[in-house]
Amino acid sequence: MPVALKSNLCCAGVETHCGSKLLAGYRPPYDATCVERLVAAGAVIVGMTHMDEFGMGSSSENSAYGVPRNPWDDARTPGGSSGGSAVAVAAGLVPLALGSDTGGSVRQPASLCGVYGLKPTYGRVSRYGLVAFASSLDVVSPFARSARDLELVLGVISGADERDSTCQPLPPIEPERPAEPRRLTGLRVGVARPYVEAAAPGVRAACDAALARLAQLGAELVPVDLPHTEYAIPTYYVVATAEASSNLARYDGVAYGRRVTGDGTLQGMFAATRDAGFGAEVKRRILLGTYVLSAGYHDAWYGRAQRVRTLVREDFERAFAEVDLVAGPTSPTVAFRLGERAADPIAMYRSDACTVPTSLAGLPALSLPAGFAAAEDGRELPVGLQLVAPALQDARLMRVARALEDVLDAPARRAPAFGGAR
Amino acid sequence: MSGLVREGLEWVSQATGTRWVAVIGLEVHAQLSTRTKLFCGCAYEFGAEPNTRVCPVCTGQPGSLPVLNAEALELAVRAALALGCEVAPRSKFDRKNYFYCDLPKNYQITQYDRPYCSGGGIDLDSGRRVRLERIHVEEDAGKAIHDRGDATLVDFNRAGVPLIESVTHADLCCPEDAGAYLAALREILVYVGASSADMEKGELRCDVNVSVHPAGEPWRTKVEVKNLNSFSNVEASIEYEIARQVAAWESSDPADHPVQETRLWDAGANRTRTMRKKEGEADYRYFPEPDLPPVSVTPALLEATRALLPELPAARRARYQRELGLSAYDAGVLTAARDVADFFEAAARLSGAPKDACNWITNEVLRALSGDEVAATSVDELPMKPHDLSELIALVRGGTLSASAARQVVRAMMQSGKAAGELVVELGLEQVQDDGELERWCREALAGREAIAAQVREGHEKALGALMGPVMQASKGKANPQKVREILLRLIQEG
Ligand SMILES: [Zn+2]
Repeated sequence: MPVALKSNLCCAGVETHCGSKLLAGYRPPYDATCVERLVAAGAVIVGMTHMDEFGMGSSSENSAYGVPRNPWDDARTPGGSSGGSAVAVAAGLVPLALGSDTGGSVRQPASLCGVYGLKPTYGRVSRYGLVAFASSLDVVSPFARSARDLELVLGVISGADERDSTCQPLPPIEPERPAEPRRLTGLRVGVARPYVEAAAPGVRAACDAALARLAQLGAELVPVDLPHTEYAIPTYYVVATAEASSNLARYDGVAYGRRVTGDGTLQGMFAATRDAGFGAEVKRRILLGTYVLSAGYHDAWYGRAQRVRTLVREDFERAFAEVDLVAGPTSPTVAFRLGERAADPIAMYRSDACTVPTSLAGLPALSLPAGFAAAEDGRELPVGLQLVAPALQDARLMRVARALEDVLDAPARRAPAFGGAR
Repeated sequence: MSGLVREGLEWVSQATGTRWVAVIGLEVHAQLSTRTKLFCGCAYEFGAEPNTRVCPVCTGQPGSLPVLNAEALELAVRAALALGCEVAPRSKFDRKNYFYCDLPKNYQITQYDRPYCSGGGIDLDSGRRVRLERIHVEEDAGKAIHDRGDATLVDFNRAGVPLIESVTHADLCCPEDAGAYLAALREILVYVGASSADMEKGELRCDVNVSVHPAGEPWRTKVEVKNLNSFSNVEASIEYEIARQVAAWESSDPADHPVQETRLWDAGANRTRTMRKKEGEADYRYFPEPDLPPVSVTPALLEATRALLPELPAARRARYQRELGLSAYDAGVLTAARDVADFFEAAARLSGAPKDACNWITNEVLRALSGDEVAATSVDELPMKPHDLSELIALVRGGTLSASAARQVVRAMMQSGKAAGELVVELGLEQVQDDGELERWCREALAGREAIAAQVREGHEKALGALMGPVMQASKGKANPQKVREILLRLIQEG
């Protein structure tokens, strides 16, 4: 089976540049665990896909190597940071692709491109060989065109790995095989009020319609509040940038990657290499992360963010005491125009309002093609419905997605491979 | 910097009469004797070709992740227990962020606010106790090589090697305290197998904090000294710093007063030099290492480690003096290395003659090991085992073997590993008990030595020794000395 990889998954001997000039020509000496397992299971790696530099972005525009376009409308973004992998699957170039999801980097592009994307429970898929952005949030995550294909790929890449100490010592994820796969009787689904409220009307309508289908299958819908959702974005940008500032410190021109000599001193080489190699968004986040960890600011920023992260996690714990799944829109909007948010980092950060909370909580979350909504220019664009499950209940997400797949129209609609151009 | 006279633990300024005291603390890095590095499977080897003991993890390749080496934790716990520290059931790793070319990730994985152990300490022979504040586990950096032309080269072989850093309270009062503490620490680490602690190989590295103040006054600014690669450097640098700081404080110009700084020891010039002045603390932006879960030391691991802990050298020394009647000197020699002490105890137990065992080991075995007459360089490598020595002791005590013959047997045993009894026969060393032959050797010895015989007759029995020698020589050490003595006395009286 042909599989495409986001350019931050190490593939021995193959250029893995993470969308960064700094890693131009970098060929890792080893395979990521997920790559090794895919190849062992018979997959053929057909190529590496575009991404925001080091995973930092929501539109795949922060890349040193060009910008992928949404196959439904090539003036629009496929989302990000795993935009290239989403496009490869949506355009039918490959049936499966891997990305990585740190704050929504697989779910949001899946939603914007009309395909399936699953962020497994943190620690369920080995991160060994995934180039780190934010270690406590990064999860290797697949794109597919059906829930069954997600089950297939998860069965291969998930499970214990002694090379990643944060990977849980559990067997691979097994699909649920209920006696009545098309019935969801007794399933309690909490509709995430803050996600619905954040969504544009068209997105909301498409999600409502999909949720109605869920109810027709027997699920019971109840509203859930998740009161700390509004703090998730700022918290995420403190935690993720703090970790990133340290994770990206290794790109100094010494042992690998691009080197710029600068003024000839060691510090000069570090500064010149990093100045020339990193793009603007990466620099912004390294500065932010360095600041929030600095003496005197550490507790007010990093320390407080850790405490808020716990509150966000507890939101979900309370919700899951009452419901089996949480549901809501994956992205507040349909695909936006390329360049539209590039100059406004805060607007770009808000693209992940519905996906970041589950990343902070480490929970499994799936985006499925729920329907379509009209963009401001009238063009019909895909809308994703996000399902969130308690930790380790990844299989439940895919079982419910499977049941919905048969009753929704959206999953069957295909983007024209090269027909998105006007 | 003259004009400072030491009186005990005080340094008296000749110029002002002020009595100065020193406050000293040590930070010691010891390399753990693990088979592989702290977070990867590479085996470190001192002196290996540069960058041949490396992998994606210890060179910080993108996407690589650390995995804690369980053996490192075990050895660290062993060291902690031997030093009387309290081991925390849960601790964690943190990242210490700073940029340097020998640090592959530009952060070091270390333990910041929750180290794996705290407390403990070492009692010095001076009677002072040096308390430990904490010990933590961390990874070593690589090595930057600056002396190859224009370029700086980096060798990552050492990157990721496991270290324990122990930090003392400022309990030391003089240079000798530092030397004694380091020697005791080194001995314990080597004894329990936690570290080889060879300073020349960089397996033990020491940084010193020194300050001085007039007796009875509050403590003053402390200065850190680095680049100390021998015990004598450590002591010399402290001696130097005390003198330098006193002179600086006594300067009339406050601009000369000591400042908080890091200084380097220049062994060639026998002095310290400023390395960097501190403008506030360096900001390492510590935060918990997200790639590693918290570290658990279970009660089971703690107990298993404790059970394997050998009796420590100080305790052994005391016991040898108390229970076996050995001198402090002999007890010290025997316990300096664990394998020697183990060998001694086995031989003493088997022979029931601890003093004899002690004499043979200190006089013959250790001497042979330090020379080149045997191939072995340690007691463990010797083909001779404790039961061989015990058999030899029995032969000497039973009168079968003279002391000088026994020496030949011991040397042969150390080379061949053959049993003592076998060698006695092989070398023809059984004592001659035959009275006729003994008497013939004695008469030969007396011939021409009438003066000695006369002395003996006058009651100076000690003079007999001058006759024993020739007899033993003639018999090639095989004559039974007791019998020779009796025969000589009889012949002299008869004579
Ligand atoms: Zn290694």
